[in-house]
Amino acid sequence: MMGRTQKADVAIIGGGPAGLAAASEAKAAGADRVLLLERDARVGGILNQQVHDGFGTKVFNEALTGPEYAAIYEDRCNERDVETWLKSTVINVTKDRVLTVQSDSGLATIEASSMIFAMGCRERTRGAIGTPGTRPAGVFTAGAVQNYMNVRNLAVGRKVVILGSGDIGLIMARRMTLEGAEVICVAEILPQPSGIAGNIVRCLEDFNIPLYLSTTVVEIHGKERVTGVTLAQVGPKMGEVYGTRRFIECDTLLLSVGLIPETELSTEVGIATNPVTTGAVVDDSFRTSVPGIFSCGNVLQVHDVVDFATLEAEKAGRAAAMWATTGELPEPTISITPGEGLRYVLPAAISGVDAVDFTMRSWKEEHHKSVVFRSGGEVLRRLKMPHMEPAGMIRVRVGQGRFKKVLDKNITVEVGE
Amino acid sequence: MSDTFDVAIVGGGVVGAAIARELSRYDLKVVLLEKAADVARGTSGKNSGVVHTGINVPTGSVKAKLNVAGAEMFEDLCADLDVPFKRCGKTIVALSEAELPDLESLMARGVANGVRDLEIIDSATLKRMEPNIEGAAALNVPTAAIVCPYSLNIALAESVIENGAEIRLNSPVTAISGTEGSFELTTPGGIISAGLIVNSAGLFSDKVARMTGVHRWRIWPCRGEYLILDKSKGHLINGMVYPVPPKGGAGLGIHITPTTDGNILLGPSADYTNDAEDVRTTGKIRRQLLTEAAEFLPQLSPRDVITAYSGMRPKLVPSKVGGFGDFVIEEVEEAPGVMQLVGIESPGLTASPAIAEQVSAWVRDKIPAQGKADFVSKRTSIPRLRDEPLELREARIQKDGDYGEIVCRCEMVTRKEITESIKNGLGATSLNAIKYRSRATMGRCQGGFCGPRVVDLLIEAGHPPESLTLNGGESWLFMGTTEDLRAERKAERTGAK
Repeated sequence: MMGRTQKADVAIIGGGPAGLAAASEAKAAGADRVLLLERDARVGGILNQQVHDGFGTKVFNEALTGPEYAAIYEDRCNERDVETWLKSTVINVTKDRVLTVQSDSGLATIEASSMIFAMGCRERTRGAIGTPGTRPAGVFTAGAVQNYMNVRNLAVGRKVVILGSGDIGLIMARRMTLEGAEVICVAEILPQPSGIAGNIVRCLEDFNIPLYLSTTVVEIHGKERVTGVTLAQVGPKMGEVYGTRRFIECDTLLLSVGLIPETELSTEVGIATNPVTTGAVVDDSFRTSVPGIFSCGNVLQVHDVVDFATLEAEKAGRAAAMWATTGELPEPTISITPGEGLRYVLPAAISGVDAVDFTMRSWKEEHHKSVVFRSGGEVLRRLKMPHMEPAGMIRVRVGQGRFKKVLDKNITVEVGE
Repeated sequence: MSDTFDVAIVGGGVVGAAIARELSRYDLKVVLLEKAADVARGTSGKNSGVVHTGINVPTGSVKAKLNVAGAEMFEDLCADLDVPFKRCGKTIVALSEAELPDLESLMARGVANGVRDLEIIDSATLKRMEPNIEGAAALNVPTAAIVCPYSLNIALAESVIENGAEIRLNSPVTAISGTEGSFELTTPGGIISAGLIVNSAGLFSDKVARMTGVHRWRIWPCRGEYLILDKSKGHLINGMVYPVPPKGGAGLGIHITPTTDGNILLGPSADYTNDAEDVRTTGKIRRQLLTEAAEFLPQLSPRDVITAYSGMRPKLVPSKVGGFGDFVIEEVEEAPGVMQLVGIESPGLTASPAIAEQVSAWVRDKIPAQGKADFVSKRTSIPRLRDEPLELREARIQKDGDYGEIVCRCEMVTRKEITESIKNGLGATSLNAIKYRSRATMGRCQGGFCGPRVVDLLIEAGHPPESLTLNGGESWLFMGTTEDLRAERKAERTGAK
């Protein structure tokens, strides 16, 4: 194993949509050896199980299925001679960008000039949200069911309740209905849906599936298989409203209650993280706090549109290649702070020498407001937003000319008139 | 398969399995009957995994005697069976000076029970041993240890099979007739004849006792809820951290226990229930566990919880009475030939090797038997690659590439470990049986990613999807293929017309 130490210009951990885009762009930007490390038997990540369409509307101006979208980037990687290792798991990384990779051919050590974290995210589980009750078979996360149904053609149940109105849950409500299951309802603990408005219409309303807001599962029933769930309404502080309990008979509970970035490797190397996204703190080159380590895709921030993950990853791939080949990148000199109305904004710092695509999420639903970039009281840029909702990531571009007026090396981004 | 045995053991928890293994040393025909689809599915699989020293039990009790004796046998037993065991020590922490007398009386009892190396330490010493724990003083119990309880139970059962005794899963005993020398036990698989019976049915030991005509006991199930914390928080404690036991309480108090795999357990609560199988978890206890544990460990966050589970104590003392109830390990006059093991709650896991020796002696007193020359005391676990040095991992992968492919990313479980788990000697094939043998699906994603891949490996091993269960019985995972579901729906619509 020690004899197998290898060098790479750019090593990318994770072969999902972000990893694929980062790898192909790193190669195109002049990195010599680009290594894409994927745990699964194929690249594409979660796109492989997303057989519905709607991918690519921003990048290709057409609605592709997940596998179609993944295939474009997989082909691009192959054409550009990206070296892809499948069934290969990174079991250790160091701050100095030395990776230990385990696969069926053994252990390998890789010394990378640049390293990109593109590990994606995992689903929040029943245990993490603490849904009370028994522990029978029939409680699944939505993504797992998507895999069982779409990749393996296995039916997990007949009568389904879905907890959480995240996009995967909504899409699975439609998918399971089309496959012959009865989706009784979708319950959402928040007063507004977690998925984007379009999916509420296309996946629930078109199929007459009721959505109960401010409602959650307070008990799971069944000793062997799920026999039902008890729903109850919740008040403004998420406490159960007494007297609103009702039992719903079902054999399956599907959870679509949020995604968690898979940051375990990033934590190992001590990267600074943003407490809101739980992903890395990055600049506009997607550099983390550890030199030579970059981060993009869902491990950085959970996206709702894959196209944006792709665009972000392509930029990270180019920057990683530049770092690997020249050892230089524009230094970030301007810090970015989220202001009123925004949960977070990325990146955390910019160089100001290039246009920047900022990504952010609002705290609540807003109509006919603007995203305002301010520095020292001066408005640098005001972008009109007809509609903002927490479920939809906002992505806006600010040209480099605007950054010339920055005062105190800081920009605040906020929701304004 | 002959259905006549010298001894039938009812219940495949850690006590039943330890007894079966002790008896498998001798030239005896032994069968262990387990109602569930795997061993370790009751109290034995769901506890703190603590090898107690014996400071918590009254001096002179059966519990104290067997606890101390069992604890001494534990390390060797785990070494023989290749089961994770760690002498990590325990601190019993006084949150304030007011609890100091309690520490002193615990220490006095520990000394009387023969526990070695006890000392009361001040808060500065505690801080050095457990930098993240808050406390005014503590009783240091360096000999306390942890074990992986279900791994031990499974290892004992595998050793039983290797040494020629039988284990029958999915075999609840529904009736018992006959007398010593010719008992008949009714199971769904048929009648089993046995000369002697060992009732190690745990939560159902009162029911099994009644089947033998003994009506003097009643089990009061007492539920204990636990939370499991992410491995990334495992570093927060070095050993077990216990509170001063609540007076007259049903348990030892909410404690913070490391597992041999590097997680932390918070729990257990203590709530009496009427249903021994009501292993639900509740929001109330979840909040209580987090609040109480945070008094000792302020760094704790609800975000660190990966899942919750409940265990059940088979108590002989109802909640209204409270206090101490001793183990019952005896052959009573109403039912000669039956060894009744009733009320084997904590420290039952610790006492199990000693209980097994005692029951084995009782059996051999009734049926003189020769020791087997070919008894194999050693048993090897499936290699856990994640715990091995890189050189050894590389060597294994070069021999068999399946050791290289990681299927469960959270717990770093390889394909080989899962396929070996599927081939287990007990023939347990539920998803949980694979989980308890390999740890696949046990990590922070709870099977979201590796679940489908474990299912693939089960199907590859010849188990069709509609036969797969979480826990055996009716805990089915798939009603069939998506084609089956569509066909079913179509038939329904046609039928409705």
